[in-house]
Amino acid sequence: MHQPDATPRRSLYFRYRVHPAAPRPAAGHDHAPVVVVGGGPIGLVTALDLAGRGVRCVLLTADLQLSEGSRAIVFTRRSMEILQQVGAHEPMLALGLPWRSGNSFYRDRCVFRMEAPHDGHDRFEPMLNLQQPLLEEALVSLAQAQPLLALRWGHRVTGLQDGPEGVELEVDTPQGSYRQRADWVVACDGARSTLRRLQGLALEGDSYEGRFVIADIRVELPFPTERRAYFDPAWNPGNTVLMHRQPHGIWRIDYQLPPDASAEAALAPPALRAAIDAQLALVGAAGTAWELDWCSVYSARALTLPDYRHGQVLYCGDAAHLLPIFGVRGANTGLQDSQNLGWKLAMVAGGTAPPALLDSYSRERVGAAREIIAEAGRSTRFMTPPTAGYRLLRDATLSLSLTQAFVRPLFHWRTSRPHDYLHSPLNTPAPAEDGLADGPAVGAPLRNVRLQADRWLLNHRFDGFLLLLFTDGSAAPAALQDAPRHWRARGVPLTVLTVGPGADLDDPEGRVAARYGVTAAGAAFLARPDQHVCARWPAATREALDGALRRALALD
Amino acid sequence: MTIKLADLEEAYDALAEAIDRTPPDRRELMLVKLVLLQARDAADPARLRALAEIALQDL
Repeated sequence: MHQPDATPRRSLYFRYRVHPAAPRPAAGHDHAPVVVVGGGPIGLVTALDLAGRGVRCVLLTADLQLSEGSRAIVFTRRSMEILQQVGAHEPMLALGLPWRSGNSFYRDRCVFRMEAPHDGHDRFEPMLNLQQPLLEEALVSLAQAQPLLALRWGHRVTGLQDGPEGVELEVDTPQGSYRQRADWVVACDGARSTLRRLQGLALEGDSYEGRFVIADIRVELPFPTERRAYFDPAWNPGNTVLMHRQPHGIWRIDYQLPPDASAEAALAPPALRAAIDAQLALVGAAGTAWELDWCSVYSARALTLPDYRHGQVLYCGDAAHLLPIFGVRGANTGLQDSQNLGWKLAMVAGGTAPPALLDSYSRERVGAAREIIAEAGRSTRFMTPPTAGYRLLRDATLSLSLTQAFVRPLFHWRTSRPHDYLHSPLNTPAPAEDGLADGPAVGAPLRNVRLQADRWLLNHRFDGFLLLLFTDGSAAPAALQDAPRHWRARGVPLTVLTVGPGADLDDPEGRVAARYGVTAAGAAFLARPDQHVCARWPAATREALDGALRRALALD
Repeated sequence: MTIKLADLEEAYDALAEAIDRTPPDRRELMLVKLVLLQARDAADPARLRALAEIALQDL
């Protein structure tokens, strides 16, 4: 019998609440269209997104309380845009610490400082620091208010049978086990995914040697919220130390372990104390009092499943891939998975689109993971050189960086960014010269636009597809205006939003048009429910729109 | 690509002297820094790869 830990986790800043284990479902209520496994941020956002699209779902979480420790602490602008769609951005903004700049230090000097791009049109800062349990708490509140979502604490999946008619999960609870049936299962059960093991799936890729101690301490330090990376500090020669400020007076200190050090020895209190004291001394805060909140050891890895769909089971987040932390690619990648999957699964579960639509989820997101792995590999090779050659080059770069500006961009920390699905089968390719070259590419996410002081384009609730249709003040063609009625009757939510002087979206100064590279009326961008552009035209027609929608839904 | 003998001899001496001015346990590091500086001046990574292949011969 599953006996989850009912002792509240210890934290200096977060009060863990132990939830009562959910009862087993009553006889005859053991089926759901979708079961999401895993109560972390990715599972919660996936379930909220699905329920928001009208899909009844069950969320199973093995624990009775939220995640231990700060875990994911840096959320990108794109993640905030995704979280906005499920209504979680406001608590994030209220609690989190926004930031833009990263600093690399070597021998007491800041040898590279970089500011992440921030456009006046963006609503969210490039990064926002917030401890994962605080995000989870906000998401749980939203889940509890969502009538289509049943959140079951203390339910652990122990078995899985997949067939063409659906999946049967064996679930263990403190009150005994039961069988839960589902048309679809989404595995958001993290790096040590039970479902991945039950389906006998193996991750592919490299396992890097770099291991980091992650320590959260409560301490007063006079630094702004920025990324601070220390290379080859005297107390940890050859290795790298990262520092991030978190809310509630907490600082994250990540430091690399020498290759021969054991994780147990590194986490032993005297060793941990010595390392943190040495790092505080390095930043000029020797002797400052501090208190440990949480610590763990992390291994830098770059692995992915080669396919995120296995029968009726879909993999999302760390269950699907393990990505290096450099560049904040864990939760931020998982949120993009979740956003990509949500609308597709809702369309398939609702019978509007064929299951083949889900293959595009796998194709787009495996492609994103592989791109991230290639990109993150460069950062990883610099932060934790895997061979003697890479170490020598890194050390030569550090040494040159004190006087030679040309090597400093090698410190560039490549952060998670939205993936452009440029080669997606759901795209309607645009001709090379469509006159919209300055607008978002087909496959890229829509660009946010500040419409008024506190109003942005991406405040739009993406309950379905969105056609942004640029007009010159005259009415849009009736055939396009009529498209939403036609498609909604087929279960496909579509909104036509005219943009221009006096249009739905009044754009008297042409701000939106400028941001979308539009110079003539009639141009249009069709965005999927995950905000990615799947077609664009210099002069949209109803026939072209219908064709693009069929393609984006895998109906052709 | 050719180099005049006098220039080659000057480079030869300069390199030897730089190595001798480097503490023994820092020679590898100094030489890699030097190659990175040369790589900046040459701005031709493909050429560097080809030269590395030549340097790898007959070690």
